[in-house]
Amino acid sequence: MSFLELAGIQKSFGPVQVVKDFDMTIEKGEFVSFLGPSGCGKTTILRMIAGFETPSAGTVIINGRNQNELKPNQRNIGMVFQAYALFPNMTVHDNVAFGLKIAGMEKSAVDARVKEMLGLIHLGHLADRFPYQMSGGQQQRVALARALAPKPQVLLLDEPLSALDAKIRVSLREEIRAIQQQLGITTVFVTHDQEEALSISDRIVVMNGGRADQIGTPFDIYNKPATRFVASFVGTLNMIEARVADPATNRITIGDQGITLREPLGSTLKAGDKLSLALRPEAGSIAEGAKGDTALTGTVVSSNFLGSVIRTRMKVGDAVISFDMFNAPGLTPPAVGEVATLRFTASDLLIIRE
Amino acid sequence: MKTQKIGAWIAVLFGASYFIVPLIATFEFSLRMRRGEYSFDAYRSVFSDVQFRESFSYSIVMAILTIVFGVLLVVPTAYWVRLRLPQMRPVVEFITLMPLVIPAIVIVFGYLRLYNSSSYIPFTGSARGTDLLLMFSFMTLSLPYMYRSVDTAMRTIDVGTLTEAAQSLGASWPTIMFKCIFPNVMSGVLSGAFITFAIVIGEFTMPSLLNRPAFGPYLQLIGANRAYEPPALAVIAFAITWGCMVLLQLVSRFSKSAPSKP
Amino acid sequence: MSANRAIDLKKTAIDWLGITPFLLFAVMFLIAPTLYLVTGAFLNPAGEFTFENIGGLFTDKILASYWISIKVSLASSIGGALIGFFLAWAVVLGGLPSWIRSSLLTFSGVASNFAGVPLAFAFLATLGRTGLVTMILRDWFGINLYATGFNLLSFVGLTLTYMYFQIPLMVLIITPALDGLKKEWREAAEILGATNRQYWTKVALPILFPSILGTTLLLFANAFGAIATAYSLTGSTFNIVPIQLYAQIRGDVLHNPNLGYALALGMIVITGISNLIYIWLRMRAERWQK
Repeated sequence: MSFLELAGIQKSFGPVQVVKDFDMTIEKGEFVSFLGPSGCGKTTILRMIAGFETPSAGTVIINGRNQNELKPNQRNIGMVFQAYALFPNMTVHDNVAFGLKIAGMEKSAVDARVKEMLGLIHLGHLADRFPYQMSGGQQQRVALARALAPKPQVLLLDEPLSALDAKIRVSLREEIRAIQQQLGITTVFVTHDQEEALSISDRIVVMNGGRADQIGTPFDIYNKPATRFVASFVGTLNMIEARVADPATNRITIGDQGITLREPLGSTLKAGDKLSLALRPEAGSIAEGAKGDTALTGTVVSSNFLGSVIRTRMKVGDAVISFDMFNAPGLTPPAVGEVATLRFTASDLLIIRE
Repeated sequence: MKTQKIGAWIAVLFGASYFIVPLIATFEFSLRMRRGEYSFDAYRSVFSDVQFRESFSYSIVMAILTIVFGVLLVVPTAYWVRLRLPQMRPVVEFITLMPLVIPAIVIVFGYLRLYNSSSYIPFTGSARGTDLLLMFSFMTLSLPYMYRSVDTAMRTIDVGTLTEAAQSLGASWPTIMFKCIFPNVMSGVLSGAFITFAIVIGEFTMPSLLNRPAFGPYLQLIGANRAYEPPALAVIAFAITWGCMVLLQLVSRFSKSAPSKP
Repeated sequence: MSANRAIDLKKTAIDWLGITPFLLFAVMFLIAPTLYLVTGAFLNPAGEFTFENIGGLFTDKILASYWISIKVSLASSIGGALIGFFLAWAVVLGGLPSWIRSSLLTFSGVASNFAGVPLAFAFLATLGRTGLVTMILRDWFGINLYATGFNLLSFVGLTLTYMYFQIPLMVLIITPALDGLKKEWREAAEILGATNRQYWTKVALPILFPSILGTTLLLFANAFGAIATAYSLTGSTFNIVPIQLYAQIRGDVLHNPNLGYALALGMIVITGISNLIYIWLRMRAERWQK
């Protein structure tokens, strides 16, 4: 039986419906990310799990218990906020101890638990500092320790990394994932950063306009996007306009070049119909001896050195296709105007159906 | 949630009645001059009083002079401290706050001892001299408000860059001051001016002890000798204060549409 | 090298010249008059150093006037702070329509500047012997206010009157502090299991405490130095310190000019201390609110 269940959740603010009929079950110990642009309803779902918002319809069930009637302070949930939200009048120790004292824990037990939690986030030496004396990354780690101290049944993370510097963001997200796995705590993480979601989640929910466009593992979300929205929101993607040449043999044309798709075109498409295809930039290569059962020839339009990769844009008929090559010493970047052949595997070419 | 809202309404209703009842009472009282019916006789009596007109215009002239000289003192100082002497900022700010710490009556007591007719600088030796001293004392009283509003306005513009830009275009110091800095801190200057006006018009202690015929001492004198004119004067004074503060709000709202502070 | 040095020196000289008018003004009209009184408080009429004047403050009459001043200032500042706090709380966190907030703030801007002589007139017209509220209580409710021992020209009356500008001042200063309470603090406390009461006692009030206490001290100093309202309300019958000093300046009622300086020094010390604590507490409060 699932641990956290969201059944038929809807939420409206006045006339605006921000969450439309949302269903999902989350297993115990699972790390689930809600990914989407701002206004897609992901934060609202998180706040309904916490109890700060009441669903207009549907139920939140945790560990078999309906939470709808419970106030936030009765739910035993831990939450980390975007803007740290540490209590400014308390030291690190007192912040972490807050939930424990509220729960009526004995002082010696509180101290032991606080020490344990600060050890977990490697900030034991800063127990007497006040929040304003610490960096953003440190404050957010304390906020994590504070949320985890009362042993909550679910941990909610509301864009906890978005106020931090890029470097700290990466190291802290790894730390969060490590702690989450160590404690085996069911975690819901809200973010608008696809790289963050891909790197630490067991499963990702891609939200769009109050609905889940796709729920799946990071691998599935990235490699098998279900909708055009998911494909464009997660990672960089070439969208290529093509035309059906022969539905029976899966032949299509891009510009004036014909290729055969692996994925069946289906019965609704006729010869001459327009069709959208997606291709990840890293799926193709123009290097000598590159593998692939399919080839497209075109003219190089631009070539940008990005450090670890070189991103090249190539014109094939009317379509412009980007692809990445790994940087290597001795590699000659393609020159603008050069005619090159891009090779890739036909199964990497996805048909985008709305 | 509901009890909280009820509590809030109770607090607001209590506060509103505490604020509004005296105003109604004052207005009602000011209409009682004619026995048995309400009339504006008290106002007629006030406006036809020569002393009222004299003291009121005296205070208005003083207020305008105070504002002009206050602005000429404060704006260049605030500008200079931001531009060239940032290390003096705490000192200057402390000085501008002193009038809030030292009661007005103490300050004017010091003036009377330092600048009497037998001292080196005998301000109080002549009527004009005393007027000058009174203006300086009003400037002192309004200094905290004037400095703060000008300095806040200056924070929103980058005086350093503005000055360098003007200098590189060949502007002289007076041009920079009056063409670049003043227009940009106008909202602050106006805020300070309205508060100064409200303070000067009603101030009692300083003109009373310096024996100058200002509006404040006139009010006190009427209060001691008449019955129905004082509430009428209170209504007038409240209207003046209200006018100043509404103008102040308009100015600050207007200046909010300007670039926000960093 | 030496030419550069000369230019540097000239620049420094110009820098300082820029604030000379201000410093001159400050010395002439703030610092010198204050210093004159402060030093005068420690001199006898012959110009010799003495503590006699300070000692002279500790007579029954002068002590009584300090005491009544402190009482009125304390009562009006604490009362003003409490009521002002609840008003600010009501408009910031009470869920009231937003027009109430803006009208209260506008009105507070006016009322906090409506002090002095006209305020005394307003309260005489309200709670004086023939004031509107006195009459309504008498005619409609049969309560004779003045028979209950109430008198506007008294401690209670003066406190009530002072609160008319104290409450709005508190509202103006404490509203930004209440706005500074982050929504996330409440939510964080709630999700950690705290009740509304626990949130206020353990988080919100401790955070607001420096602002509340600091503003109360500011209100105290504000009331302590005020004279015009009390003077036109009570004449010279009510012996608060500023009125005592006013009489002294007018006619040397203490028969000792230097004792007058000591009286002024006492006022500076009291308002000075409360303002310094105010500034210190305010800095603390701002540190938290970053």
